[in-house]
Amino acid sequence: MAHAYTPGLRVARQTEVKKERRLPLKGEVLVKVGDKVKAETIVARTELPGNVQTINVANKLSILPEDVERHMLVKVGDWVEEGQVIAESRSFFGLFKSRCTMPVSGTIESISNITGQVIVREKAIPVEVDAYVDGEVVELYENEGIMVRTIATFVQGIFGIGGESIGVLDVVAENPEEILQPDALTPEHKGKIILGGSLVTIEALRRAQEVGAKGIIAGGIGDADLRTILGYDLGVAITGSEDIGLTVVVTEGFGKMTMAKRTFDLLSSRQGMKTSISGATQIRAGVIRPEVVIPLDSSRLESDGEIEDAPSTGLTIGRHVRVIREPYFGRIGKVAALPPELQKLETEAMVRVLEVEFEDGSRATIPRANVELIEE
Amino acid sequence: MNKDPKEIQTIIATDCGSTTTKAILIERKGDEYRLIVRGEAPTTVEAPFEDVTRGVLNAVAEVEDLTGRKFIQNDRIIHPRQDGVGTDLYVSTSSAGGGLQMMVAGVVKEMTAESAQRAALGAGAIVMDVIASNDQRQPHERIQRIRSLRPDMILLSGGVDGGTTTHVAELAELIAAADPRPRLGMAYSLPVIYAGNVDAREIVKERLGSKTSLTITENLRPVLERENLQPARLEIQKLFLEHVMMHAPGYKKLMEWTPVPIMPTPAAVGSIMQLIAKEEGINVVGVDIGGATTDVFSVFGEVFNRTVSANLGMSYSISNVLAEAGVENILRWVPFDVEVGDLRNRIKNKMIRPTTIPQTLEELMIEQAIAREALRLAFEQHKLLAVGLKGVQQERTISDTFEQTESGATLVNMMELDILVGSGGVLSHAPRRVQAAFMLIDGFHPEGITQLAVDSIFMMPQLGVLAQVHPKAALEVFHKDCLIRLGTCIAPVGTAKDGDDCLEIALEMPDGSKQTRSVKFGEMLLIPLDVNEKAKATIHPTRRFDVGAGRGKTIHVELTGGVAGIIVDCRGRPLNLPQDKDERVRKLRAWNKALDVYPGE
Repeated sequence: MAHAYTPGLRVARQTEVKKERRLPLKGEVLVKVGDKVKAETIVARTELPGNVQTINVANKLSILPEDVERHMLVKVGDWVEEGQVIAESRSFFGLFKSRCTMPVSGTIESISNITGQVIVREKAIPVEVDAYVDGEVVELYENEGIMVRTIATFVQGIFGIGGESIGVLDVVAENPEEILQPDALTPEHKGKIILGGSLVTIEALRRAQEVGAKGIIAGGIGDADLRTILGYDLGVAITGSEDIGLTVVVTEGFGKMTMAKRTFDLLSSRQGMKTSISGATQIRAGVIRPEVVIPLDSSRLESDGEIEDAPSTGLTIGRHVRVIREPYFGRIGKVAALPPELQKLETEAMVRVLEVEFEDGSRATIPRANVELIEE
Repeated sequence: MNKDPKEIQTIIATDCGSTTTKAILIERKGDEYRLIVRGEAPTTVEAPFEDVTRGVLNAVAEVEDLTGRKFIQNDRIIHPRQDGVGTDLYVSTSSAGGGLQMMVAGVVKEMTAESAQRAALGAGAIVMDVIASNDQRQPHERIQRIRSLRPDMILLSGGVDGGTTTHVAELAELIAAADPRPRLGMAYSLPVIYAGNVDAREIVKERLGSKTSLTITENLRPVLERENLQPARLEIQKLFLEHVMMHAPGYKKLMEWTPVPIMPTPAAVGSIMQLIAKEEGINVVGVDIGGATTDVFSVFGEVFNRTVSANLGMSYSISNVLAEAGVENILRWVPFDVEVGDLRNRIKNKMIRPTTIPQTLEELMIEQAIAREALRLAFEQHKLLAVGLKGVQQERTISDTFEQTESGATLVNMMELDILVGSGGVLSHAPRRVQAAFMLIDGFHPEGITQLAVDSIFMMPQLGVLAQVHPKAALEVFHKDCLIRLGTCIAPVGTAKDGDDCLEIALEMPDGSKQTRSVKFGEMLLIPLDVNEKAKATIHPTRRFDVGAGRGKTIHVELTGGVAGIIVDCRGRPLNLPQDKDERVRKLRAWNKALDVYPGE
């Protein structure tokens, strides 16, 4: 196949970022093309149909299903409050009354003369979508949402948990090797997004929850710690809906992983800036990677409005790569040679390889499938 | 198809998988059809291409490169063939875009709901959830579930013909209340198939007719004693094409290219396996272990079953194998010491970087240990569903009194199994073929005499759809080019103490030479016997062991060779590994050495 290597994750100093902000169902769009929006601005709104409850009226009144309709005090389409009597039956010359009351407030949706069930729909659930990043509305999808555009520093992570968060970036680690220590997090970090180094431990995660931090960006996370914070073993890399009170973006992988220096230096240079992050990850078809978006206001924009293009995808001599599998996992180096012929690995598998020269000058032969380009 | 099958010279078949589109070229050489070349390219259903035909053309372009012939013109497959250019027949299967995802509903979980599940799985679907009147969930929980899962299609069954209609009505009401939206596209209404009690048809129509795109077909369980799954399966496949596929990018175009309906990939695999089992009168188990899912197919006594373990796989879902099997079960197959935390991190790193490959021998051994557990779990799930009908009164004779069989017992009988076929990267690309054989043995625990094979390039989907219109071509290619015969496994059932006598095997090799080997309990032995070679064997198990004729009973068989050879597995059935870690590692190493599984052992 043409692409026998993993396309890299983007690390861009200044680039155009466009985000689609869509409702799950059709609704109302609240902004128009050309509007400047803040990350927190609600751009579209809708109502999801309410939850549904069933009430078995026939059982409750001890009557036959076909008699239910006759005993109903309300009709389809009526709004009924919780506790209100909706059906009644009298027996023994009217001396004894059985009543059926509403367990919740809602609209009567159907009355069945076959099952004796009444279906009630609770109040609609409002859903709002915010802009997620500071920027400008550049496209409008009628009744569905918008596209927001911004010029930003943009970093993709490899794995994340938790949904979208917005906060001010605070660089806590002094270097990319440093493990994020829990005592480095203080109440001042409430509402902020923390930049750690090589690892975020369970203690640091707990502390971040405690002080009310919005998110953490780090090189690695231990699988055992991930399991502890989630309360279950994550089976498939589809994340984004975890409810742990903060968003985590991991840039390198599982275990203690020194953050790529370029990533760390770039994010460090954005200390104190408003940052939007998302932990949503989906590795299968339709890849979604966690991300860090730091919109640049006009004072930060670099000369000539120069914007980095979308990444190239070629694997060529001299390009920086990260090894993404044992035995050199996590090491960064330059492509030194790209021998075209298949080579035999220790496993005896015949694969296409490349030679990498690491930062200390040493060299290693690695399957092409086991490196990832570092997008510049 | 407008051409007489006899006149067909050239066939192109593609399988659009979720990541790769594979094309094969089949041609008639003299009197028989053979595979010529294959090409592949990334599937292009997702952005930025959003057109499945792009990937198909790229894969066929690779076939053009490899053969130096022309099959594409103006971004179309040339069809029919003219002046030696193009192909006589083009067929395709598809599992792109996550395949067909369904929910099924039935009245009783163990009866109609289970039949509905079998119908959906057999049609090639992934069953996201099974809703049943007795599934212990509250109605609002079921409604919530239907709403949140957003299936491509719902199959509603329930009740035998003439039975009660109340429960079916209740299920229909739940579906109506959930007002489900399909996964793809906001605009069209969700296809629902009703295959239940005929008396409830009007009720279902009334409840669901206006809210969904309702189709009514024959009851899949007309009486308790009989399943009638085929009409529902055909309806599912029809709706899959009409609704789901039509909304997947590029499929409308692809459907115009082929005179044969595009089949869901697993349905096509099922079709070729049924054909083989029927033609040869054998029992077959097949497994396709992918990155995200593992499919298991079986044909026992002409009854076909398929299950899909949607979250057991070797890359995207590898972490779920760890979660479901438990770390201890994976470690028991690893022939060296490894720290648990390290293993966990390695597995997660493979999950987030699914395309990486093992570079070191240790990494390979860990990956193959995980594969064994994924296979075992997927097969366990299969055995639970590949069962006889439950809730059926069985007629008993006096002889049955001593040998009672429950209704709903699994149809999978490993002693009766004739051939076990594996496919998927971890099996097909194992550096040594014997590794694939060993993984299959440890994952499935075959009993008695069982042939082992791998489908080297997973051609079964294409051959399955081809079999719909040209069974001769499909069968010839299947036998000659599709399977790589690994050899035969001899596994006596029974247990004893390590070192006790287990069996003696007397062989007459193809060159006429004779040899006799004795194997002790706890040992494994490899006897080389090449592909296309056969050896006559007389196997004498000791009195506690059974190789197919009963305990201590001798059998005479012809053994089929393969790239691995004859594997004698005297570790016993059930297979128990030592609890003690050092002892286990010592044994694993001894077995690996006996079969020459890894270099440097």
